Amino acid sequence: MSTVAVEVVYRGIFQKTLARNIVRSIVFAARKEGKIGTAFGRYGDSPERNGIPAKQFAIVADNPIELEESLAVYEASEVDVTINVDDTMCKGIESWAWYGLQPINELTKPNGTLLVTSRQNADALVEDIHQKDSPYDLAIVPSTVSFSGLWVYKDDHTDVRLLGALCKVCPQLVSLNSMLEVIQETWSDDVKVASAQRAHDRLTTRAVEPGEGNRETPFKFDLLGWTQMEEGLVIRGIEQGGGFRGGDEGFQPGRNEVFKKWSTRSMRPVINFETCIKCTLCWLQCPDTCFDVTPDGLYDANMESCCGCGVCEAVCPVPECVTMVSESDFNDNNSQWEMWQQDKDGYNQWMTGLVEKQKAETRTHGYHHLGGYTEQAAATEDD
Amino acid sequence: MTSVQTQPTQQGKEELISGSEAIAIACSMADVDVITAYPIRPYDTVMQYVSKLKADGVFDCDFIVAESEHSQFEIVKHASAVGARTFCGSSGVGWFYAFEAITVTAGLRLPVVAMVGNRALDDPGAFGVEHNDAMAVRDLGWMLYWVATAQEALDIALLSWRIAEDPRVFLPFAISCDGSFLTHSQAIVNVPTQEQVNKFLPAYDRGKLQLHPDNPITIAPQVNEDWLMEIRRQTDEAMQRTTAVIKEAYDEFKAEFGRGDPSPFIEEFMTEDAEIILVGMGTLAMPTRVAVRRMREAGKKVGFLRVKFFRPFPTKEIQEVLSKCKAVCVIDRDYSYGSPSNGGVLFNELRSAVYPSQNHPHILNFIAGLGGREVRVRDVNQITEIGQAAIDTGTIDQETTWIAVRE
Repeated sequence: MSTVAVEVVYRGIFQKTLARNIVRSIVFAARKEGKIGTAFGRYGDSPERNGIPAKQFAIVADNPIELEESLAVYEASEVDVTINVDDTMCKGIESWAWYGLQPINELTKPNGTLLVTSRQNADALVEDIHQKDSPYDLAIVPSTVSFSGLWVYKDDHTDVRLLGALCKVCPQLVSLNSMLEVIQETWSDDVKVASAQRAHDRLTTRAVEPGEGNRETPFKFDLLGWTQMEEGLVIRGIEQGGGFRGGDEGFQPGRNEVFKKWSTRSMRPVINFETCIKCTLCWLQCPDTCFDVTPDGLYDANMESCCGCGVCEAVCPVPECVTMVSESDFNDNNSQWEMWQQDKDGYNQWMTGLVEKQKAETRTHGYHHLGGYTEQAAATEDD
Repeated sequence: MTSVQTQPTQQGKEELISGSEAIAIACSMADVDVITAYPIRPYDTVMQYVSKLKADGVFDCDFIVAESEHSQFEIVKHASAVGARTFCGSSGVGWFYAFEAITVTAGLRLPVVAMVGNRALDDPGAFGVEHNDAMAVRDLGWMLYWVATAQEALDIALLSWRIAEDPRVFLPFAISCDGSFLTHSQAIVNVPTQEQVNKFLPAYDRGKLQLHPDNPITIAPQVNEDWLMEIRRQTDEAMQRTTAVIKEAYDEFKAEFGRGDPSPFIEEFMTEDAEIILVGMGTLAMPTRVAVRRMREAGKKVGFLRVKFFRPFPTKEIQEVLSKCKAVCVIDRDYSYGSPSNGGVLFNELRSAVYPSQNHPHILNFIAGLGGREVRVRDVNQITEIGQAAIDTGTIDQETTWIAVRE
């Protein structure tokens, strides 16, 4: 008896087609070898929200009865391979249907594989990924994150490269040859077949030992029972808030204690407090009221509430005062204003470094404008 | 006759009015804040009377004529959420057009009161009474009551706000009135004094659930499978709580107004020693009672049970009444194509309710009076004969019989 399960963790809408291409191709390849399978999205993720972590699954079995056995639980409780198509989710995921932070490797079986697309090296990723009691392998397909939109798909070969890599880390799923046949039949594109082959051949993996990784306890809370819940489908407003850090000056809005937006964002704003003209636009326009007003009238983006949408950057009238940079550059959610207060020169140097680095990167929060992908492709070498 | 007249206070005055007019007067006396209207026969008669009371300066309310039934029910839903006492209504397919708003009203636990002027569902276009329109909310968390007289229409309307707006309940209430027989027929009705009504009916207080700037809440969120069962269970519990609240309110009603039956849920007529009990809802009570009285005179042990509350369904009361007889003949003024025994809705619910009982009578179903066709005394006689045959032979040849249908 052999059933193999693969999950694809992706960012809602931006990577929906990418995830779908991966799970469907797995099932088609399995059919070529006389196996049977199913591919599906987690229903609770639908309707998808921009950038919210979501999942699709592929389950492959030797015969229909084995497949049915594995589907007795709709959402797999463990998988042979977890594919993560945005490395910022290595910090953990909170789908809008999930409450609390789920480690990216939560479902990965002992001795299974976490397969990630990333420009970071394995050690940097392990720092973000929550520790596990059992060993697993971390495999990396070197790649810039592939984001598309609801109506467009960025065909940058991320799908086939992951499929090629998958055949290497999980040979019991399907052979590379079957997978290459499916890729050829699906896309009729020799270059995509070559991309898959090359990703397979060049894949590197690193063993991760039990206890290795991020030691933080993932945030979670208990769901209420019907006798504890308020009746009438009522959700109480959050208290208005008060002074900055509980003081008399400034302002800090009240915030939801049980919905943190850590994993929603793939980018976060960094603020140049010295060029800020205190125009209030970021504070007014932020859809998540994530800005705390400091006693000196500056605006400090609070990382408990920021979902990384980039509206603050878009409305800020001062060049490079608010800049969205990759979430992967951070290992904490600390206050930037406090950091600036403690060491202004140090902060400015660090912040300027992030801004400069971002100029060379191609990450954006989702699909931004017509022609954007052509620009990105021109700026990116063939991986 | 088990209907009682406790302390006949007679403080009010007598009026010759229809069931619709009686409910309009109840709206005025209950000082309803927001009323929404959209015309469809036969329910629209209630709105004609409401608008007249408003035009005459007797009744001050926000009277909104919506552009459709859907908006009509949406408006009262929202008004109820901010703490307004509300009333609206519809008939037949108009009621169905509002269905999205109707389901969320129960889901949101908003005590909207609606009158359903029972009407056949088109097509074919028809105005006469069938109970299928109101029945459609039976699974959704609406209380559902069938009225037999204009007096009862006024009385249950006053009770409906009292019950629906009770914080233990907060569920919508539908008052079902048979088209024509109730909505368009005038009878002598005792209209109580305003003081009596004020004493009986407290103001609607939604408390901490009220949408108000001083009480910042959001209602009607999107939820997933990890919350919905708990929410449904809460509504289920609220519906279960209605039974005690209805009894309590009915007792106080009888004490204040001096009229009412022993039970708020059912009305019994000559059921005490009956071997055959006829069961039905709404205005078919009148010809059925006449037929029962005449059969009693001829020495036949027949009785009639009128189901008043369809939701909550009076399971215990019905079990008790029916456990003593030999045959039960359920008269449905509705249909449920393809249902068990191809029977009506009341029949199948009732049969299910008595299933756990020790002594099962024979239970037969009769589809009658559809589309406003009259249920006549001879129809009731025929129904009783079929029930008698089941007792005599000990078997049921045909569980469901259509009465007075041309073949």
